[in-house]
Amino acid sequence: MDIADFFDTFFEEAEELLADMEQHLLELDVDDPDSEQLNAIFRAAHSIKGGAGTFGFSVLQKTTHIFENLLDHARKGELTLRAEHVDTFLEAKDIMHEQLDAYRNEEEPNQEAYERICHTLQQIALEEIGKTLDAPAAPAKKAEPEEDKKAAASNQHHLKVALLNVGDKDRGLLVEELEQLGDIQSQSGDEKRYEVTLTGGVSADDIEAVMCFIIEPDQIEITTVAAEASAPGVAPAAEPAPSAPAPVAEEKPAAPVAETPPVSKAPASKKPEKAAAKKAAPESSSIRVSVDKVDQIINLVGELIITQSMLDQTVSDLGDQSVGNSSLQNGMSLLQRNARDLQEAVMSIRMIPMEFVFSRFPRVVRDTAGKLGKEIELVTEGKSTELDKSLVERITDPLTHLVRNSLDHGIEMPDEREALGKPRTGKLVLSARHQGGNILIEVRDDGAGMDRDRLLAKARENGLNVSDTMSDEDVYQLIFAPGFSTAKEVTDVSGRGVGMDVVKRNIQGMGGRVEIQSKKGEGTNTRIVLPLTLAILDGMSIKVGSETFILPLSTVLESLQPAKGDMYAMAGDDVVLKVRDEYLPVIAIHEVLDVENAITDPTKSIAVIVQGEGRRYAMLVDELIGQQQVVVKNLEDNYRKVPGVSAATILGDGSVALILDITGLHRLSRAKKEAGKIANQPHLSYYKEAEPS
Amino acid sequence: MSQASNEAVLAAAEAENREFLVFSLGDEEYAIDILKVQEIRGYENVTRIANAPDFIKGVTNLRGVIVPIVDLRIKFHLENVEYGGQTVVIVVNVADRIVGIVVDGVSDVMTLTPEQIKPAPEFGVTLSSDFLSGLGSLDDRMLVLVDIDKLLTSEEMALVDSTGNR
Repeated sequence: MDIADFFDTFFEEAEELLADMEQHLLELDVDDPDSEQLNAIFRAAHSIKGGAGTFGFSVLQKTTHIFENLLDHARKGELTLRAEHVDTFLEAKDIMHEQLDAYRNEEEPNQEAYERICHTLQQIALEEIGKTLDAPAAPAKKAEPEEDKKAAASNQHHLKVALLNVGDKDRGLLVEELEQLGDIQSQSGDEKRYEVTLTGGVSADDIEAVMCFIIEPDQIEITTVAAEASAPGVAPAAEPAPSAPAPVAEEKPAAPVAETPPVSKAPASKKPEKAAAKKAAPESSSIRVSVDKVDQIINLVGELIITQSMLDQTVSDLGDQSVGNSSLQNGMSLLQRNARDLQEAVMSIRMIPMEFVFSRFPRVVRDTAGKLGKEIELVTEGKSTELDKSLVERITDPLTHLVRNSLDHGIEMPDEREALGKPRTGKLVLSARHQGGNILIEVRDDGAGMDRDRLLAKARENGLNVSDTMSDEDVYQLIFAPGFSTAKEVTDVSGRGVGMDVVKRNIQGMGGRVEIQSKKGEGTNTRIVLPLTLAILDGMSIKVGSETFILPLSTVLESLQPAKGDMYAMAGDDVVLKVRDEYLPVIAIHEVLDVENAITDPTKSIAVIVQGEGRRYAMLVDELIGQQQVVVKNLEDNYRKVPGVSAATILGDGSVALILDITGLHRLSRAKKEAGKIANQPHLSYYKEAEPS
Repeated sequence: MSQASNEAVLAAAEAENREFLVFSLGDEEYAIDILKVQEIRGYENVTRIANAPDFIKGVTNLRGVIVPIVDLRIKFHLENVEYGGQTVVIVVNVADRIVGIVVDGVSDVMTLTPEQIKPAPEFGVTLSSDFLSGLGSLDDRMLVLVDIDKLLTSEEMALVDSTGNR
């Protein structure tokens, strides 16, 4: 085993610690800092420092060290915190994160950022408490005398590491680890007690930290032996002692961080520490599993479900023969139930709460608001709403963009708001909740709202095809057109007009859609509707001619048999169906998808009322077959995007059925009618552009 | 000539030789690089895709993977296009995609030496010479060597989104 194997563990833990640190920093009340929180921040910094030191990430170690010292003064009340300090701390956290990433990519961290943040932190210390933080003249060198002392101490010491009750196999590994940490002078002993004498620049803590990955802390005993005293066969010249004339005798292995006796130093013992920081959050027993493995299980379960429904179909095809055989029937229903439960359980592995997304926004809002000089209150709702992991990862960027957009264009400056009779502080609400088979994520602000006329004027300027009679909804959708921006000036937050089209494309790529509701002067509500997962879909299978299609069940509202009197022809080919005082555009699937041998008389077919992108349509089909869960298979893997079709699935008999996309079908139907009427097809070309590639 | 050097010569010649899968479309014989071929199967259970070009027959389920099926006979404007027990689908692997191509029949696997591969002449409209890697002459037979990568990823096959996105 190589020490590098522990790197990943360290990186992951450090990342969690940094996230904790940020959360606490954001929650910190500057005027009356909660000492528990300051302690938690301090502990996080300290743990990272410990780990960084162990693995030799010196720049990160030094940065955290200075940071930690400053925090120490803060929690002792020697430093009176101000808002800008918190800003600096957050910046420091960011830089530490960058350094961490750099180490992870096996690069050298940015020296300039490191020197700058060290300097800034030193400056705070100098101004506020009138003393330097054991300032290093050149930051690249040793960070502080304490460190020097420690180094000096361990350099002048031999560490006698005794391994108690360690088997041969582990011992080999441990000795190898020790070799990485320093020069082994001698080793001897048996299984009960094996002693290794070590020289080098490591401290006892560091050794303990590394060893703890393999053995229990009580299996290790480290004693410091002064170089002068012991040193059998040690050449002192091999370790030229640094100039720091530290009194060796006072130095004990545990001394370096003596100011925090209750805090353990080893990364391995971070768990209890973290729990304490979260005010005794219940210890969750979890394992880290790579997403690939989970996906593989999900795929296999998907295939199992297909096999199960194939069997089911075979059994029901047996008809009378199977009726008498109750054990077959029982077995089938048991299999079905177990398969569904298994599927549900497996799918839930991938579900993670929206909190993972929302937790980054306090920071985004704080930074953006600060940059823009606005006062914003962020409210998050529905943090525990669960969503598929792949969607969570992909929703973050679009959501960040929408939030920035709201902050920049939506919410007005404080003075402006006051003049309008609104509270100075703007309110931004992020909410997530389940709605049917979807998750609804909203970004709501109480800002200026959208200006319909300005959007239209701007659209004309950009050469887009718009008319004054467009519905509000369509007008708002204009902001998603590429290159569209109504911002009066370009800021570094937003306004360049790139992005909103990307936002829409990303969301559509996830099988979702964006809707905008806005009222001038009162605010804007951007609603993102996403499927809960991309892998499984509740579908309604329908038959047209001899072909089977799947409609997403979430889009189906009801079905009915249209009466002749309820169908109205409109301006040529268009037909609408009257359903309870509402006129719905009719889409005849057999026309749109050119199905042969389908029922062409609407009164003999079935109208399925479906909803897509906020609109309702009546879809004419021949027959409803039934509801079933289907495993969504991508068509684009080996083929391409098909208009009117969102994906495909495999039916019980092994054949492929297409999953229909309601709005796509509507566009296709319109495009077809246009194409039939006019040779020049503006809608068709528009349709092509609108289609995400 | 020693045996060792003889073997070396043979090996060198082997390295230059390429193996092709020969299939028939109507009366003509075509061949594709055998390394592109994943498997050969019957034509069955193809789900039609609406509004696609007529030579795209639809998609089928190949052990859980959705695979498009292209009928080269329609693409090459052959007259007799029938589907029966003899109709064969060659499943090829091109540009990280799996595509099935319908042909009239698969005859054999041929090894062609570099001398047997002649450059393709400028061709007619149906099959641009861009999609040919040459003509193979084998005794009195002529094989049209199709560059299946280029053909299936070309814009006119409409198998791949024109932007190149997947």
